[in-house]
Amino acid sequence: MAINTLETGTQNLGQSPKLKSRSDYGRNADGSRQSPVGAWISRLVMLLVLILFSLPLYWMLISALKTPEELAQFPPTLFPTEFRWQNFSDAVTVMPFWTFFRNTAIITISVVVFSVISNFIVAYGFACIEWPGRNKVFFIVLATLFLPFPVTLIPMFDMWAGLGFVNTWVPLIAPALFAGGFFTFLLRQFMLQTPKDMMDAARVDGASEWSIAWRIVFPTARPAVTVIAIFAAVGTWNDFMGPLIYLQDASKQTLSIGMQVFRSVNAQDIQFNLLMAASFLVLLPLVILFFMFQRYFISGITLGGFK
Amino acid sequence: MSASDAVATGTPRTGSPGSVPAADLTARSGPRAQNGGGGRSAKRKLTGREKRNLRLGLLFISPWIIGVAVFVIYPLIYSFVISLTQYSGMQTPTFIGFQNYIAAFADPMVHTSVGNTVYYMLLAVPIGLIVALLLAMAMNRNVREVAIYRTLLYLPSLIPMFAMSFIFIVFVNPQFGIVNQFLGLFGMPDTNLLGEPRYAKIVMIVMAQLGAGNAALIYLAGLRNIPETLYEAARIDGAGKFRQFFSITVPLLTPTILFNLITGVSGAMMVFTEAFIMTNGGPDNSTLFYMLYLYRNAFSYGQLGFASALAVLLFLFGMVLAGLIYWLSRRFVNYDVSAG
Repeated sequence: MAINTLETGTQNLGQSPKLKSRSDYGRNADGSRQSPVGAWISRLVMLLVLILFSLPLYWMLISALKTPEELAQFPPTLFPTEFRWQNFSDAVTVMPFWTFFRNTAIITISVVVFSVISNFIVAYGFACIEWPGRNKVFFIVLATLFLPFPVTLIPMFDMWAGLGFVNTWVPLIAPALFAGGFFTFLLRQFMLQTPKDMMDAARVDGASEWSIAWRIVFPTARPAVTVIAIFAAVGTWNDFMGPLIYLQDASKQTLSIGMQVFRSVNAQDIQFNLLMAASFLVLLPLVILFFMFQRYFISGITLGGFK
Repeated sequence: MSASDAVATGTPRTGSPGSVPAADLTARSGPRAQNGGGGRSAKRKLTGREKRNLRLGLLFISPWIIGVAVFVIYPLIYSFVISLTQYSGMQTPTFIGFQNYIAAFADPMVHTSVGNTVYYMLLAVPIGLIVALLLAMAMNRNVREVAIYRTLLYLPSLIPMFAMSFIFIVFVNPQFGIVNQFLGLFGMPDTNLLGEPRYAKIVMIVMAQLGAGNAALIYLAGLRNIPETLYEAARIDGAGKFRQFFSITVPLLTPTILFNLITGVSGAMMVFTEAFIMTNGGPDNSTLFYMLYLYRNAFSYGQLGFASALAVLLFLFGMVLAGLIYWLSRRFVNYDVSAG
């Protein structure tokens, strides 16, 4: 199932595979012809929904461009009368924004690289080498998917504190070195489809498992690897609980907590236009990532749906 | 051979996407295990090749073995152990038996936080299921501009929860927020929505709906897999739009609905960030959710033992809920026609 979904996912999502010809447009999902009036009414409803769902992003952007005076107006203006681009340069100076940004980027990139490497190696062990008992062991991988994180939160904190790693990035990055349930599962499902003949031929030629893994299987698994890289990147970039618990110094802080601290410290006279400008800058890399890898995003999510 | 080819050759497996992945696992690996070496029975001695593969396999999965020991098994056991102690994180834990659990059941703040979390769950999860389904149907429309629909409806799901919370603080700001202006049109007096115990949770429930894009994409995949012929047959039999929706779409989507239900419930159980940022549990503890109270006990009050007891209770509650959902799914989820 999951495999099927990935196939439609990586190849077709983003376009609509059901649409075979132009004449299909203007039909209902069930194939019946829509009346022109009905079509326009449903378009109107859609328009309202789209406005509603675009509002957060739109509001973030226009608030980021308004002057403090305009932002404080009631009723609020729907479009800035004056574009104050300076908000962006102010936003990155009122708080150590680029420090937060750099820290988040370093943590995110490390987690992505380590997750890809560790999960790929482990998935190879589960998908491409046949050893007695591997399916029984794989059950444990699946079981860990159902473990809620709060139950491990306190022991993990206690462990990292005992090792002296609180207020460092180690607790945020190190777990990525050890392959997790969901990513391993996704990769394994995909890698089971690698043609056995190719691997066997390489084995006959005397290639080591290590070089088969990286030279033959890794290139064919690239779509699935991209999906887990994206998931790891978005998850780490947006992480709130981890940095909240483990990081204390502002110089080590990530965007999520750094901005939250900035907001709560200045709660009395917070400049929302600057906060919105900073939020926009946080979101920007995610939006770029989304438009670059839209197909993988979508296929990854739908694939995740069938875990 | 390209990657997509490799995928396309995959055995199309019909059946139950929502079912336990285990079934999937055995089905697919059965034949492989056989030609890999029939010796799955423990009695037979392993051949040389099997021994070599066992060593190699374990070597490759060794990062996971270490990981699962350090990050799963050890913390799980440790959680149970320190939940039986009084422990502040500094001194050595003292064993106090089930005192923490007794205290948890008596603690009025636990009652408040459970009440808030259940309230949130009972509203946010069903509403979320419906909103996501409606979004998926919009994303599945056969109109030229469908790509725009998909992008715009999904984009809010990309916004990190902390940034979304900031945006909503601006939205519902009593002085200049657009939500107040809108509600004013319906004669609602100017109120600080986040300052009112009645409304603060509602704001968070509404906010959660903007992130329905992920669940919607999962529905979308499910919708795509419903055979077109069923609708054609229904139309010939004279079934209208609504009849088609409730007699074909919904029953065939039940595996997908089940999946989204499970994700929704487990997310709602752990709702934290928005309450931490927007209200910090207030006003009047009306947004003190279970995770927030657990967090405070562990990291503000230095009550690691008590907080661990709360974590273990959450874990047990999750297991019971999962069992319940599984039992319900046996009765209501339709796996007969391949739709998922």
